[in-house]
Amino acid sequence: MGKTLFQNMRRGVAMPFLWALPLLFLAVFFFYPLIAIFRLAVTAFLEQGLGADTLHEVLQPLEFTFWQAALSTLLTMAVGLPAAYVFGRYRFRGKNALRVITTLPFILPTVVVAASFNALLGPRGGLNLVLMNLFHLADPPVQILNSLAAILLVHVFYNTTIVIRTVGGAWEQMDPRLEQAARVLGASPARALWEVTLPLLRPSLLAAALLVFLFDFTSFGVILLLGGPRFATLEVDIYIQATQMLNLPLAGLLSAVQMTCTLGITLIAAAVSGKGLTPLAPRVQGEGVQPVRGWRSRVAVGAVVALLILLLVTPLAALVVRSVTRLDANRGERGQVQTGLTLEYYQELFINRRQSIFYVPPIIAARNSLIYAGATVMISLSLGFLTAHLLNRRSRMARLFDPLLMLPLGASAVTLGLGFVLVFNRPPFNAIGFPFLIPIVHSLVALPFVVRILQPALASIPISLRQAARVLGASSWQVWREVDFPIVSRAALVAAVFSFTISLGEFGATSFLARPEYPTLPIAIYRFLSQPGALNYGQALAMASVLLAICAISIWVLERVQWDTLSS
Amino acid sequence: MKKVFGFLFVILGVIVLSACSAAVSSATATVSAPSAAVMPTSAVTATAASVQSGSPATLTVMTHDSFAASTGVIQQFEQQNNVKLQFVPSGDAGAALNRAILSKDAPLADVFYGVDNTFLSRALSGGIYEPYASPALADIPAEFKLDAQNFALPVDYGDVCINYDKAYFTQKNLPVPQSLEDLTKPVYKGLLVVENPATSSPGTAFLLATVAHFGEQGYLEYWKALRQNDVVVVNDWETAYYTNFAGSSGQGAQPMVISYSSSPAAEVALAKTPPKEAPTASIVAPDTCFRQVEFVGILKGTKNRALAEKFVDFMLSKSFQEDMPLQMFVYPVNKNAKVPDVFTQNAQVPTQPAHLDYQSIEKNRDAWLKAWNDAVIK
Repeated sequence: MGKTLFQNMRRGVAMPFLWALPLLFLAVFFFYPLIAIFRLAVTAFLEQGLGADTLHEVLQPLEFTFWQAALSTLLTMAVGLPAAYVFGRYRFRGKNALRVITTLPFILPTVVVAASFNALLGPRGGLNLVLMNLFHLADPPVQILNSLAAILLVHVFYNTTIVIRTVGGAWEQMDPRLEQAARVLGASPARALWEVTLPLLRPSLLAAALLVFLFDFTSFGVILLLGGPRFATLEVDIYIQATQMLNLPLAGLLSAVQMTCTLGITLIAAAVSGKGLTPLAPRVQGEGVQPVRGWRSRVAVGAVVALLILLLVTPLAALVVRSVTRLDANRGERGQVQTGLTLEYYQELFINRRQSIFYVPPIIAARNSLIYAGATVMISLSLGFLTAHLLNRRSRMARLFDPLLMLPLGASAVTLGLGFVLVFNRPPFNAIGFPFLIPIVHSLVALPFVVRILQPALASIPISLRQAARVLGASSWQVWREVDFPIVSRAALVAAVFSFTISLGEFGATSFLARPEYPTLPIAIYRFLSQPGALNYGQALAMASVLLAICAISIWVLERVQWDTLSS
Repeated sequence: MKKVFGFLFVILGVIVLSACSAAVSSATATVSAPSAAVMPTSAVTATAASVQSGSPATLTVMTHDSFAASTGVIQQFEQQNNVKLQFVPSGDAGAALNRAILSKDAPLADVFYGVDNTFLSRALSGGIYEPYASPALADIPAEFKLDAQNFALPVDYGDVCINYDKAYFTQKNLPVPQSLEDLTKPVYKGLLVVENPATSSPGTAFLLATVAHFGEQGYLEYWKALRQNDVVVVNDWETAYYTNFAGSSGQGAQPMVISYSSSPAAEVALAKTPPKEAPTASIVAPDTCFRQVEFVGILKGTKNRALAEKFVDFMLSKSFQEDMPLQMFVYPVNKNAKVPDVFTQNAQVPTQPAHLDYQSIEKNRDAWLKAWNDAVIK
């Protein structure tokens, strides 16, 4: 098939066929269930109608959703951009470790994040215990949980890695000569940054901002668990209306509003980003990356690293510390808590104390998670490469397809989950019997990321490089291996890491689709947290630490493999 | 175009090399090979298996997420009836019910367990069940049999009560509150954490207890008084119990929480070295608790009616009923079933829980929730 198909494609005859794969995927696994649930909501609406103050019930969460998403995005960019600069332009000891660790928040299910922020900032958290001991206070001085501040803080915690990975990656890949030229021509560092570097980074900047905004826009667990009852985003209200009030018409209306907004935001982002793609790649891999020299650089790098450690690493550390700590006895004393170190929560993970039929050893849960994550990476990267390539051809089809691709990020998990129940109820696609629906749903969420990351990278390859290689006699395979791959591999790795972590940490859809015999790690964690008992809390945190470790190792291995491929 | 496939090839190679080569091949193994402790497999294998003579049929049971059972008890049922049970946890009680209603025309399961009395009316009007007058109902007291036509059969009950941290009240020499009214007294200012009734089932239950006690006219006034007394509201039981409650291993700041009357027993049963007595206890004064009864029913349109009946009988039988308390921390409805010692020693059972009939709950639930939200949150 190779040659004729290849030639056909070059002539554009096979274009529809190529479009078909990602389109078909979205149509079958996204639009079909979604339309089914909307049809049902409309039918129910025609029967029951909506309440009198529906407008108020839509506008109120809508306003808050926009407000908190905008604030969270601004803060996340404010933390992420300096970090992206440091990661993209400097080489320093521990850089790779820090990059791996800053990715970890992204995988944590919100239940666990809530637990770890509680372990750090809660009324009995590390910070309050220290302050109470130091200043002999009777009550915890830091009361941040259940406030807007907590929501913003945790959104920054979650999403900074998006900025570091997408913008930092692009920065590292950028040819430094243009900036150097500007400096030689007399521009101040600030001016070179503002007029040369940032415009060049615009595609990845916008992509990062868009992804962060959409993630915050559809935030659910963070709002529910850390914001408390005073705050509700559209997604939270959809959940309440769909599963607690059983008010399908209102739930349907709210999710339609949420998706329309997602579409609108994506279109605006596309309009703003325009055709600002300049093909630019360094002559030598890592050319723009320099060691930290001089006090300015030292201060800049030091400050950024310190900030990242404070914001992203301490909550993770608190979680791990708490999983080996026993808070003991002296119950009732509000000030004094005795602590001791213990490994018993980890030991307990391996014991099926109650002979429960749903008990799963942590290794099996980890294996399930890894299988789903591996499958997600394969599906989303295969489809992602196809999509990114086609989007870069800038055809009319591409302009139509582009915003549609982002929609899965804006679709409420609850709505989609109910849609799946409606349409996938017969073999082979049986919501119960077909375990691969899980990586498929994970891929729906991962695909927008993968495409947004791969597309700028693919577009940045100067056509002249390829032509030069061809002129010098390289076969198209050699061109790909020697030219394209080294340039895109960094982005491909970032995309792989994201889809891997999205899958490892996903909870909502998984809990809807997973069979009890094959739980993932987040599901196992949630099972511990949903029952009282002295051991359960500790076991949940121990399991979460295991999840962290597995994810860290996986990312580290992925990056290692990529470096080895590059250097060989 | 080759380029694209080349990319895919390398990417796949990277992935396969890195971690998943073993995992991917075992993915198929997981799907198709039933291991000892694990239950039946995908629909595809089930069909393949049933071609062989004498191989077990599959019965699918939809449950809420809190469902649990002992391996031994389940296996016994499977062996006796030559059946494989496939459990499908489908979210919390509300989400699972919604799922059952939505898939009514092409039911996802044969049996559905997990609707409680606060959702019963909706389940019955949704027409998801087939009636079944199980002979086992003879052993169940009339108070639990809410549905006279036996579409939904009672399985277990649990009381949502205020749990308190014993040590706190002893050390502060503070009397434990004995009524809902007591909670508004200044001595208990800021000491109670409750769950948002819009997002949490125990939260809903406690709201219903206050409606039952103070009436539709009075409950909002009561909640305003509670708010004046700095009641803490969080969205979910997990946060309330593990973050805010002082009596749990989370060691929070509030010594009183809305939980279950069985939670003190769980604190003992689920500890590595069980304490001599539970660190917590429940307030079981009249009208302070709300009783949740959970039901099972055969889903309309099942093709396994005979097996489904057997499974319902089994859920109401002594062996399953006696297994429930330590698995799900609920009480059996079968009067012959014994409750484990850890329950009788550590958990208190309210003699007079607050009562509301299930039809009026369904009729007014949304209005009560909305009014509560306006009075307490805004």
